Amino acid sequence: MTPGQRRWVFGLAVAGLAAFYLWGLSGLPGFGDYPGPYGFAILHLAVQQTNATGVVSAVNFDYRGFDTVGEEFILFAAAAGISVVLRRLRGERERSAIDEAADRDVPPTSGAVRMVALLFTGPVVVVGWWLASHAQTNPSGGFQGGVILATAFVLVYLAGEFMVLRRFSPVALTDAVEAVGAGGFAAIGVAAVPMGRAYLYDFLPLGQTPGAVSSSGTIALISFFVGLEVGAAFVLIVGEMLDQTLLIRGRDA
Amino acid sequence: MTAAVNAVHTPYTVPIGFMDALQITILVLVAAGATAVVLIRRPVHQVLALSVYGVLLAVLFLAFQAPDVTLSELTVGAVALPIILLLALAKVRKREE
Repeated sequence: MTPGQRRWVFGLAVAGLAAFYLWGLSGLPGFGDYPGPYGFAILHLAVQQTNATGVVSAVNFDYRGFDTVGEEFILFAAAAGISVVLRRLRGERERSAIDEAADRDVPPTSGAVRMVALLFTGPVVVVGWWLASHAQTNPSGGFQGGVILATAFVLVYLAGEFMVLRRFSPVALTDAVEAVGAGGFAAIGVAAVPMGRAYLYDFLPLGQTPGAVSSSGTIALISFFVGLEVGAAFVLIVGEMLDQTLLIRGRDA
Repeated sequence: MTAAVNAVHTPYTVPIGFMDALQITILVLVAAGATAVVLIRRPVHQVLALSVYGVLLAVLFLAFQAPDVTLSELTVGAVALPIILLLALAKVRKREE
């Protein structure tokens, strides 16, 4: 195919895509105009039905909890996949985490970086934990809280050595926490079934006051387990990638 | 007329048109950020630009009243994804040496 012909095919494809795209856009409702009944129904019912003032969490962990189980296992499968793909292969060797290159000095971590990382580690743990445990009251949830908890471990790595990170998050423990998180979510769902309820039915007492931390039954509990799962999954992923970067060498390196 | 619209005063009341101006400003910034991420050629710089772009997107979601999505975008787009990309770049660069 000559460049001229190729340009013609490209031009046709772009014109076709543009036509379909504009056609699709013209059929959309106006900006800020929501025609569907589902959102209004949720807005009116969610707080009285679940006692959760974090209505987004009520949707994520209760009304559409089944979708969230699927999403959680996507992350679970991704972490498992990374563990398998990034394992030490035949012909690769692990070396010491301390850079032993004789011909150059490894720049040490600067005092400022250590200081900032140390200062932030504690507050980051608190913020992550707060987010993971307040899904029922605020815009927050286990997913966001879990990722922030995981960044605390990255700060530990920045403040210290790789080996300190490994001591804080041994792979076996991280694996176990991730499994408990993922399994806990699924198990809470199954627990409703022997009571004659649907999977993921909110069977726990909802508490008296909407918006209290102890309210909303399984929503708060599921958010906690999601926090465990997501936090451990990210620690695992970052740990595997640090392994690859710092420890594992190919045959020729 | 303005008084009628502003009759309900909450701690969050903002002048008429302020949210529109904010949303349009941030939409423009997001478009500029996305273009910058595509145009920057050096991978490490590109990852840093991507992180800034993640923050811009988070602010966009906040301006459109989606605080939950804001938190997700901040944690994943501005922190987790750049960390993973930087680690991958470090690994690739080591191999090339």
